[in-house]
Amino acid sequence: MKGWLSRLGLRAIMLGYLAVILVGPLAIVFWRTFEDGFAPAWDALTTPETLNALKLTLIITAIAVPVNTIFGIVCALAIVRRRFRGKGLLNAFIDLPLALSPVVVGLSLFLLYGQDGWFGSWLDERGIDVLFALPSMVIATIFVSLPFVAREVVPTLREIGDEQEQAAQTLGASGWQTFWRITLPSIRWAVIYGVILTTARCLGEYGAVAVVSGRLQGQTETATLRVQERYEAFDLAGAYAISIVLALIAMLVLVAMTVIRPKEEAA
Amino acid sequence: MSILVRNVSKRFGDFVALDDVSLDVESGALTALLGPSGSGKSTLLRIIAGLETADWGEILLAGKDATALAPQKRNVGFVFQHYAAFKHMTVWENVAFGLKVRKRPKTEIAERVDELLNLVQLQNFGHRYPAQLSGGQRQRMGLARALAPEPQVLLLDEPFGALDARVRAELREWLRQLHDVVHVTTVFVTHDQDEAMEISDQIAVINHGSLEQVGSPRELYDNPASEFVMTFVGDAQPLGESLVRPHDVDLLHEPADGAVEAMIVRVTLLGRDAKVELHNAEGSEFVVLMTRDQFNAGGYWRGQTVWAQPHHERVFATSAGDLESVSS
Amino acid sequence: MTEVALNRPARSGASRDRAATALSLGFVTTFLMVMVGLPLAALTWEATSEGTQSFWDAVSSPESVAALKLTLVASFAVSLLNAVLGTITAWVLVRDDFRGKTVVNAIIDLPFALPTIVAGLTLLALYGPTSPVGIDVAFSRTAIVLALMFVTLPFVVRTVQPVLQELDPEIEEAAHSLGASHTRTFVRVILPNILPGILSGVALAFAKAVGEFGSLVIITGNIPFETEVSSVHIYGRIESGDSSGAAAVAVVLLAISFLTLLSIGVIRHIATRHDR
Repeated sequence: MKGWLSRLGLRAIMLGYLAVILVGPLAIVFWRTFEDGFAPAWDALTTPETLNALKLTLIITAIAVPVNTIFGIVCALAIVRRRFRGKGLLNAFIDLPLALSPVVVGLSLFLLYGQDGWFGSWLDERGIDVLFALPSMVIATIFVSLPFVAREVVPTLREIGDEQEQAAQTLGASGWQTFWRITLPSIRWAVIYGVILTTARCLGEYGAVAVVSGRLQGQTETATLRVQERYEAFDLAGAYAISIVLALIAMLVLVAMTVIRPKEEAA
Repeated sequence: MSILVRNVSKRFGDFVALDDVSLDVESGALTALLGPSGSGKSTLLRIIAGLETADWGEILLAGKDATALAPQKRNVGFVFQHYAAFKHMTVWENVAFGLKVRKRPKTEIAERVDELLNLVQLQNFGHRYPAQLSGGQRQRMGLARALAPEPQVLLLDEPFGALDARVRAELREWLRQLHDVVHVTTVFVTHDQDEAMEISDQIAVINHGSLEQVGSPRELYDNPASEFVMTFVGDAQPLGESLVRPHDVDLLHEPADGAVEAMIVRVTLLGRDAKVELHNAEGSEFVVLMTRDQFNAGGYWRGQTVWAQPHHERVFATSAGDLESVSS
Repeated sequence: MTEVALNRPARSGASRDRAATALSLGFVTTFLMVMVGLPLAALTWEATSEGTQSFWDAVSSPESVAALKLTLVASFAVSLLNAVLGTITAWVLVRDDFRGKTVVNAIIDLPFALPTIVAGLTLLALYGPTSPVGIDVAFSRTAIVLALMFVTLPFVVRTVQPVLQELDPEIEEAAHSLGASHTRTFVRVILPNILPGILSGVALAFAKAVGEFGSLVIITGNIPFETEVSSVHIYGRIESGDSSGAAAVAVVLLAISFLTLLSIGVIRHIATRHDR
């Protein structure tokens, strides 16, 4: 009797916790957005600046994700298959973006690429705009979403071992053929899962990009920056509309994660 | 194709895996590298394959120096103890891999894969994935895969080690038959002396990184070069100053020259053999095996005092690490 | 034993290997140096460029101290809350079964998937001036705790879940057969095993909370000395052009991040000592 009660009790605590913190707030936003129907929300969403912001977010993500995917795979291969000193330090550097405040990230990039920064004058001379322009936003996004692919691939690679690759070598496959036909397919679910996490992080980045972008409307405003901007402009509907889009994408991400996770664990 | 191993040495940190090993592998023969765990036999096999590099020495394949050659270029087939199956490919694709990598025409690949699947009796399993096969089937696939690109040498690393005893025995016999058909120079690593004795043409016994002896199964059994070989290939036990095999001892009812006095402590009848356990004067035990006929004719019983006279016993004098053998 | 004549080193294969290692490592290290190392170096440089006195002044200004205190206290509180609630959540997800469990399990990851600014906005919608249930905690310290709870929710859950999953049920059965009650079994048998998981989850949550920015920007109002956390304080300094002041406080946060990462490594090391 007591066991049954405490089990329900715990379940209630957990569900209550999730409802209060996560589900409730999200549900309210959905409700408020479509309170007056679909059309106002659509109008708020399809203003040129907002569409630009969404486009910019997608462009940055489209650059950052492949870069971090390649880095993640090469890094994981180096960590798992190669012997070298300083692996601990390497791991620490890779994990660092997870523990750093986005504002700190933004500031450090600001100090590196800004006018008075280390690269500032060099870039100025060549007329290259990094800060307050796309390049710095891409760099910031790459920084904060760096670890995900590597962290997913490392344990999988370790688990698989390299016997299949040795077999491929004895069968005449070159290094590239072995990587493409044997290694990559064997880690594909880990890579996909890592890509999903990286994409979600890129789409949701706010703090670092806020610092380096200068938040110039229509030019260096991402979707997340636009949400903030609309709120400050007292356009709550506009802010909500973009938020809904981002929330829907987030839910798609959750679905993808739930579907892919078991495949990754089975491999 | 012949394999020549010349003065190969390899260490892993402080551990000496191979110490100046030289070996001639007969072309076309089925050769076993036999030794206990950690003896270096797998390391040697992998050095021949190019999966490891020796610290010193050379490997010559068909007379040409292959020491610096990558495994891809050596044209050796390798079969792994745990199959190393390409899990994301079907059986058919696994077997075809070596040919696809060499960019052979599709029709040629199809022909060869079908031929091999038939050879290893997996013709109905081509579309299955390795996870759907039993251990024995996976290993047969491994063999077909290794043979597909027509290697000049086939190397097997404890190929049946992960299988249960019955399957092991079946596949062992089957490997011998395969070799008789395919005739490729084959080297396999095992710690199981029965396996080596049963199917190989030539056995190389390795212990602690050194080659103890190379020869046919019969040579190794009849003329072991060291105490290790004698005890590892077949049974042997000390009797007096020498080592003798359990079947090579006569039990006499009277003292004789070279015979050791002993008392029978136990008699067990094992099928067609009789096992007689004895204690000698110092109290140490030894075992004599004889046929039932011999036993019945000899009139032995428990508690009886007999004199054990060895035949073909061998003495290996050990001084300063050198081994000499003296035969009787 | 043998003549040395034919002995020669057979190193070529090994050197092929070493070249590949050097190449991949070179790429990885260069990438990390450029993307992570250099910016952080520039940050540390800037923070100390005007001397230790200036660094100290920036860090110990009343506003900065207030922000830091608030940040640390709030993060600490939230981490402890997470330790309890996160463990309960993990427990229910592993041990209990009910319809919709898969959905609930998926929702846990929402804070990973949802942008922080959106999170802040949704919390404002439910717990702010326009709240349909009449709760208005916007622009208060409660809002900080709420927002931090949101973004740190998954951490302890996800670090404890796998450990609970792996836990051999036979250990508990053994304890029960020896007469231990459920509570006692939990405290003496289960808890010690999941404690490292809880602790690393807490450390991750703490690190995230200390640096959190996006979710706080809207709902807290960023009132100095009241609801301004360090990350917002740094942002303010950047906006007003005080780069070195901002950098000084940022370096403090950086140090906290480093230390937290280190402690996670230590926890992991201690946790696996029984497996060695």
